[in-house]
Amino acid sequence: MVIDEQKMKSLSTKLVQDEVRGRSPWADARKRFIRNKGAMLGLIILVLVSIFAIIGGYFAVWSNEELDFSVMGQVAQMGQPSFANGHYFGTDNLGRDLFARVVQGTQISLMVGVVGAGIAVIVGTLYGATAGYVGGRTDQIMMRTVDILMSIPYMFVLILLLVMFGRSMSMLFLGIGLISWLDMSRIVRGQTLSLKNREFIEAARATGVPAWKIIIRHIVPNLLGVVAVYATLLVPLMILTESFISFLGLGVQEPLTSWGALISEGAGTMNYGTLWQLAFPLFFFVITLFGFFFVGDGLRDALDPKER
Amino acid sequence: MSLLEIKDLSVRFQTNDAEVRAVNNVNLSIEAGQTLGVVGESGSGKSQLSFAIMGLLARNGQASGSVMFDGQEVLNAKPKVLNSIRAAKMAMIFQDPMTSLNPYMRVADQMAEVLTLHKGINKREAVAQAVQMLDAVKIPDAKGRVRLYPHEFSGGMRQRVMIAMALLCKPKLLIADEPTTALDVTVQAQIMQLLKELQRDFGMAMILITHDLGVVAGSCERVAVMYGGRIRETGPVRPIFAAPTHPYTQGLLDAIPRVDQQDEELHAIPGQPPNMSRPPSGCAFSPRCPYVREGCDTIDPPLEGFAPEQARACHAPVAEIIARQTRLQPDADQPAAHLGDGPTQAIPRGAVAGAGAAGTPSTVEGQQ
Amino acid sequence: MIAFILRRLAVAVPTLLLLIVFSFILMHMAPGGPFTAERALPPQVIANLEAQYGLNDPLWLQIWHYLYNIVVHFDFGPSFVYPDRSVNQLIAAGFPVTLTYGILSFVSAIVLGVSLGVVAAIWHNSWVDYIAVGISIGAQVLPNFVMAPLLVLVLTLWYRLLPGGGWSFSDPSFWIMPVIALATSYMASIARITRSSMLEVLGSNHIRTARAKGMPEYRVIIRHALKPAMLPVISYLGPVFVSMITGSVVIDMYFSTGGIGKAFVDSALNRDYAVMMGVTILVGALTILFNLIVDVLYAWIDPKIRY
Repeated sequence: MVIDEQKMKSLSTKLVQDEVRGRSPWADARKRFIRNKGAMLGLIILVLVSIFAIIGGYFAVWSNEELDFSVMGQVAQMGQPSFANGHYFGTDNLGRDLFARVVQGTQISLMVGVVGAGIAVIVGTLYGATAGYVGGRTDQIMMRTVDILMSIPYMFVLILLLVMFGRSMSMLFLGIGLISWLDMSRIVRGQTLSLKNREFIEAARATGVPAWKIIIRHIVPNLLGVVAVYATLLVPLMILTESFISFLGLGVQEPLTSWGALISEGAGTMNYGTLWQLAFPLFFFVITLFGFFFVGDGLRDALDPKER
Repeated sequence: MSLLEIKDLSVRFQTNDAEVRAVNNVNLSIEAGQTLGVVGESGSGKSQLSFAIMGLLARNGQASGSVMFDGQEVLNAKPKVLNSIRAAKMAMIFQDPMTSLNPYMRVADQMAEVLTLHKGINKREAVAQAVQMLDAVKIPDAKGRVRLYPHEFSGGMRQRVMIAMALLCKPKLLIADEPTTALDVTVQAQIMQLLKELQRDFGMAMILITHDLGVVAGSCERVAVMYGGRIRETGPVRPIFAAPTHPYTQGLLDAIPRVDQQDEELHAIPGQPPNMSRPPSGCAFSPRCPYVREGCDTIDPPLEGFAPEQARACHAPVAEIIARQTRLQPDADQPAAHLGDGPTQAIPRGAVAGAGAAGTPSTVEGQQ
Repeated sequence: MIAFILRRLAVAVPTLLLLIVFSFILMHMAPGGPFTAERALPPQVIANLEAQYGLNDPLWLQIWHYLYNIVVHFDFGPSFVYPDRSVNQLIAAGFPVTLTYGILSFVSAIVLGVSLGVVAAIWHNSWVDYIAVGISIGAQVLPNFVMAPLLVLVLTLWYRLLPGGGWSFSDPSFWIMPVIALATSYMASIARITRSSMLEVLGSNHIRTARAKGMPEYRVIIRHALKPAMLPVISYLGPVFVSMITGSVVIDMYFSTGGIGKAFVDSALNRDYAVMMGVTILVGALTILFNLIVDVLYAWIDPKIRY
């Protein structure tokens, strides 16, 4: 449940070296990635889960809000997964179709993960690239600010915000995204510093290209490798964070749902013999996290091959 | 009996992509008190040869053959046997003094542990001896500096510390793996001078591994030239430098820039050292060799003695190479540029022997 | 060293003050708080607040009172919900519980994680390594909120070995599941970090030097490899500490252990902002203190860091 800082540093050094040698790290990386069985398996899992999220809804017999009165009150006996009554994954405790709810939970969790990671990556990259490129006092102040922000217990602040200003999806996205940009900004700053004095940047500067254009056109594209790896590893962390908050009942609100909320519900009812209510959401949660971790690790190892 | 007798030593590395054959069937011997130079380009296997002798190959490396030291088999020996020999009888100096000392330990502790380990003396006594040894390698104010951490020393001073540490137990054999490569030129000369003096004082044998022919000429009695993991030519220093009988040796010597000749071009050996995960069939040097002939690309020539104490591995006759040598000397024709079968490339950095170029990485990673 | 600590404190203290001020302003702005008069609070609560902060004073003076009470008296003020309780009382009730299982989890995650990582690195590519890697990959996807129900399912519902919830200081069987649930994923992360840094260190030049000295391998590892391999682990301890405190919220909720996590969630559900603030600030202070300890530890191990 952590992004290994050392390996990220090693990757970033490697990519700067490649850039200086004028070699594209991507061509070799693709070959190595395809040969990496774990990473390919992860990729397949992610594709399947995405397909499930996108078209799963069309196969659902029940909608996610409908209550099936025929099973109500006797969920443990009647609500089991069955193809006969159209509840492929069974029903939840209220008699709602679990298949439809898992499809929806998958959509929400994936979305929160991707959007949250996206926010973190964009903010972190721009902040780190700016600090590293401008340098000097500005850099000092910007990175000191990051140091200070690092020592704030975010999860508590986020819950505080959710409670005080209402539980909305946008708040959740923003809050989760804003938690994680700090590490990203540090890594990006480090790499920007080592790119900054390279000839092609100097050439751009000498010909009078404005700083912001250099950052967007030259620095950011060269950060792509590190950012891609980091983003892939960040998505599962975002999903974990969202699930954590939803598990506490402070995340997405009914009738919307997410993996965390479904796991929480399933965990709450498991001693009534309705284990499938925990098993299905947990299964999707676990394989998706595996998928992202394997793809992220595989991507990093492909870009920075090393005996480990 | 020789102090060190290497027979049929080969080293293989398993990497993700392929098997790298770093050292192939090397035979060498060294007498007590003698100095042997091992010369070759980056990646010729000379460092791996020395690691194999000391049993220090990386995890994915596997050595085969035989290495007898002082009448005892040390290749793939039990850790206990190896540990009783390492540092006590056979010590090693590494290429990169910046990273070869433990950055988290005081120099005093790093040196003292060698003595407490092998001599069983107490810490205080060991530190006192360490200070003496630091004095012997001419570190000023050794007593005060022994308490410092490695990063508080300059590169040259760190290499002196390494040397002092290697000599603590007065070993019979010292293996110096490119001891001066990472250092400034002026410091290089000091360190080599120091090694020579210490060797004389302590009466130990030394294997000097280098890509710098100047260093070999100045301090060795015998030399072995390595290429593609094999020894290509071996013998006493004087005849080899005067009249090299192997095209590769000749190329190396030609590549030394000379001030006394009005010659503006550097005589680089064309082409690149072979990729040892896909070695060329036949003689590994044949793609770059100006004397290449029929059979070179299929049969790897064996190392054969042709004069007392001299041996070479080449299909071309000795006379032809020596004749070419003398013809080349006066008018310094480009010997190989028009013969190279590949496109003539920029001077490969590792090929310019003697120019004090960058050090060779001594870990084997996947060849890319 | 002392100068180094003082310099870190010079950053830490303002950070903490900033957190307090920020929290108070947030509390002020929040809808439904006592300061907006949107929600009818018990008159006793209003009176308590009046006495504590002076509700009619200007904002800066209220902030000053809040800050002053926290810093000088370590007093987080009255609860917004319970007229006769203070925030301190509500937090203090749960603190020893959190501390107990928190320290146990923290220590066991480090000890087991480091051991597993070191063993895996030493026997790289052996079955020990594969098991260790397997465990750490598996545990990655088992965060505390997944572990907790699974443990209860297996150990309580199926095998009836352990109580499914509650807390007792005298009976360690109540401690086991909270500790396992909290520690597992961090143990796995620590094992992963230790393994990769140990592998890196074991391949480094100075370890080769140590081997060339003729030292037995176990001494090479203990004397030369362990210290540098621990550096990345140490810098990861800060985040672990924070995440564990965060995780205690789940533990307290799921196992009804009654730690400060419970105080936090209860107050979140009751909208007792004062308690939420209190917990947040307390956790922030602990985080800052812990990061300071980590920095000192790091500087102590690595001589290249200048104080």
